[in-house]
Amino acid sequence: MAKLKIAGFWASSCGGCEIATLEIGEKVAVLAEVADIVFWPALVDFKYKDVEAMEDQSIDVCLFNGAIQNSEQEHIAKLLRAKAKVLVAFGSCAYEGCIPGLANTTTAQGIFDRVYGPSPSNANVGDIRPVTEYQAPEGVLTLPKLYDTVRTLGQTVDVDYFLPGCPPVGKQVWAVIEAIASNNLPAKGSVVGAGVRALCEECKRIREEKKVKAFYRPHEIMTDPEKCLLEQGLLCAGVATREGCGALCPSAGMPCTGCYGPPDGVIDQGARFLSAVTSIIDSDNPDEIARITDSIRDPIGTFYRYSLPNSLLRRKRIV
Amino acid sequence: MSTFTRYTIDPVTRLEGHGKIEIFLDEAGNVANAYLQIPELRGFEKFAEGRQVEDMIQITERICGVCPEAHHMAAVKAVDAVYHIDPPPTAKKLRELLYSAFYVADHTTHFYILSGPDFVIGPDADPAVRNVFGILKAAPDLTMEVVKARMMGHEIIEMVGGRKIHPCGAIPGGMSHGLDEEKRQQIETMGRSMLEFAKKTITVFDDVVLANSGYVDLIKSDMYTHKTYYMGTVDANNKVNFYDGKVRVVGPDGQELVKYGPDEYTDNIAERVEPWSYLKFPYLKKVGWKGFVDGAESGVYRATPLSRLNASDGMATPLAQEQYERMYATLGGKPVHQTLATHWARTIELLYAAERLLELITDPEITGPEYRKIPTETPTEGVGIVEAPRGTLTHHYVTDEHGVVKEANLVVGTTNNNAAISMSIKKAAEGLISNGKVDQGILNKVEMAFRAYDPCFGCATHSLPGTMPLIVTVRDARGTLVDRIRRD
Repeated sequence: MAKLKIAGFWASSCGGCEIATLEIGEKVAVLAEVADIVFWPALVDFKYKDVEAMEDQSIDVCLFNGAIQNSEQEHIAKLLRAKAKVLVAFGSCAYEGCIPGLANTTTAQGIFDRVYGPSPSNANVGDIRPVTEYQAPEGVLTLPKLYDTVRTLGQTVDVDYFLPGCPPVGKQVWAVIEAIASNNLPAKGSVVGAGVRALCEECKRIREEKKVKAFYRPHEIMTDPEKCLLEQGLLCAGVATREGCGALCPSAGMPCTGCYGPPDGVIDQGARFLSAVTSIIDSDNPDEIARITDSIRDPIGTFYRYSLPNSLLRRKRIV
Repeated sequence: MSTFTRYTIDPVTRLEGHGKIEIFLDEAGNVANAYLQIPELRGFEKFAEGRQVEDMIQITERICGVCPEAHHMAAVKAVDAVYHIDPPPTAKKLRELLYSAFYVADHTTHFYILSGPDFVIGPDADPAVRNVFGILKAAPDLTMEVVKARMMGHEIIEMVGGRKIHPCGAIPGGMSHGLDEEKRQQIETMGRSMLEFAKKTITVFDDVVLANSGYVDLIKSDMYTHKTYYMGTVDANNKVNFYDGKVRVVGPDGQELVKYGPDEYTDNIAERVEPWSYLKFPYLKKVGWKGFVDGAESGVYRATPLSRLNASDGMATPLAQEQYERMYATLGGKPVHQTLATHWARTIELLYAAERLLELITDPEITGPEYRKIPTETPTEGVGIVEAPRGTLTHHYVTDEHGVVKEANLVVGTTNNNAAISMSIKKAAEGLISNGKVDQGILNKVEMAFRAYDPCFGCATHSLPGTMPLIVTVRDARGTLVDRIRRD
């Protein structure tokens, strides 16, 4: 059997997906037996020209991590889509936009003004901004254009599979690689490397009645180590998040923040989380309810921390 | 107008993004200038605004998946300061324990998987085998020990911090959970193996690098030397500390320029913007920006493992202290200006981290019941500083009375070295290119100039199957392709 040709790329992301891939540990050697890495800037030949020269559909599988936030990332996404038979959105950034997607609360100009404008440590004489084409004394220096809106890979090109997680846990990465190697993939458009139910189903905490009088931030209360965190008033996103990581954060006493995206059948993770939270408020008094919900100071960062670009909201309106 | 020949290295890989090097030759074929461009910007400081400040402890980890622990710690220290809370001793020790385990894993990755191949296999060896698989063939047992040391580091990070990558355990006032005796024993067992591994690393460095006069000459060569200021965090005795202390800066002569606490960073650091890169260029405010030059008149500084050793009076643990003394005795006293000696410094820090990990895990307080305090004061503003493996890391948050971020400012590890890395690339290129003659070796030797600074460059490059290709295209001033050199 011919070896699989695998390509990879990272766009707007942190490198955690690469480290997650390393978590497959000694299995890297197995990967080397079944696959050739034909393109992955982190791993092998990374000249874009070489990919351009490849025949269309000549890469078996492309594992693409990162969101699309600038012109270069968009170009590569389109290029790899053309060259790959199967394109996988690898990790939360490519799947949902993830933390870089919080930039959809602002614009490129907003980012530029904060990063290069007045700040506690900037000494920006002449109020310089990086530009896409700069005439240096020796020649032109170019930079990619930063976009106002972060998009997911699926909003940029046609995607075959989605692997959730920030980052995906190592054993799930390996499960997907095995499925690819044995040609045992589900229907196009499926989420792979995770379960279908909510995270609560794999969380060991005891669930009883969900009724709360107040919401707390993790540093504000000492929690019971056995009981459901949401029932104790912490905004745990487990109810609106896909299982697959093993409920790592709740096991460490911290609420799930939703990095595996919504479970099967849920379109908008934030809306699901919000509706779960509002349904457990134990009050009929509108004033009391308002007081309870007002304690949630950052709805976007709480309900849409990883999924804003992929949500029904997508971004804050540009005025 | 003069005609310049352009060399482009694009992309140069870094895990957290993408770098591009442009080298221009003048008409005589000598290096006219070199630019390291960072073509990516995600805007964390902007979208921090409006977030609950404690969420920054997890959000900023996504700046870098290689060193999320550093952002986790700098952010939680800043948020402690925002809430005016001093975590209990057990909490601080748990955080430093996690951080020491991270340092062992991270320095191991860098020394063996990234830089190791340059020395174990050789800087001029066939590039096809100059990677971790080359090492696997040359020394299979050692490679398995490397894999084990990394895995133990991540195991400890998960036990203390909840997750192997992007931990969640640090919260304002302490940690989300404590450590029981059963886990403590498991960590101690792993810690002892990690210390043995660290000691072995010192021996490996001796056998592979120091025993080879060619490598020692390379380390000492002028091509890789810059006389700059050095920055690092020190404890009350001026010994290196990764988690806490004051930031000390020494000059090219080794004399202390300043020692500052987190709240004083804006008196000491200023950041310059260039129109051709998205990454800013920090420099020492009190010295001033004089361009991409070294020397006592230039505010360019470095913040690396070697910088930390240069900026300190020694190491706080016995075995690391011995090695510290030996390094300076061998290289002719302090400070050491040779960039490649950063690898040596990294092995000494690896040993320190393992020793420190054992000190902490055998400290009776580590299993103490008071692993957190609940903040009670109104949140305002705070700065947190830790030593990330790649340099001093500063997080600064200003909030409203509800702890919602109004303003965030981050000076990140590698950013400190942005100007110095550019200078190192230029100097390496100057040393290798003359009269338009480009040696094939420029590829790896230019790489070696920045590999010393930044493990993010090609982390995975050397650690998964494949090669480390670099392509330099040579174009004339009109962009016509003159030559293309490829090293697979």
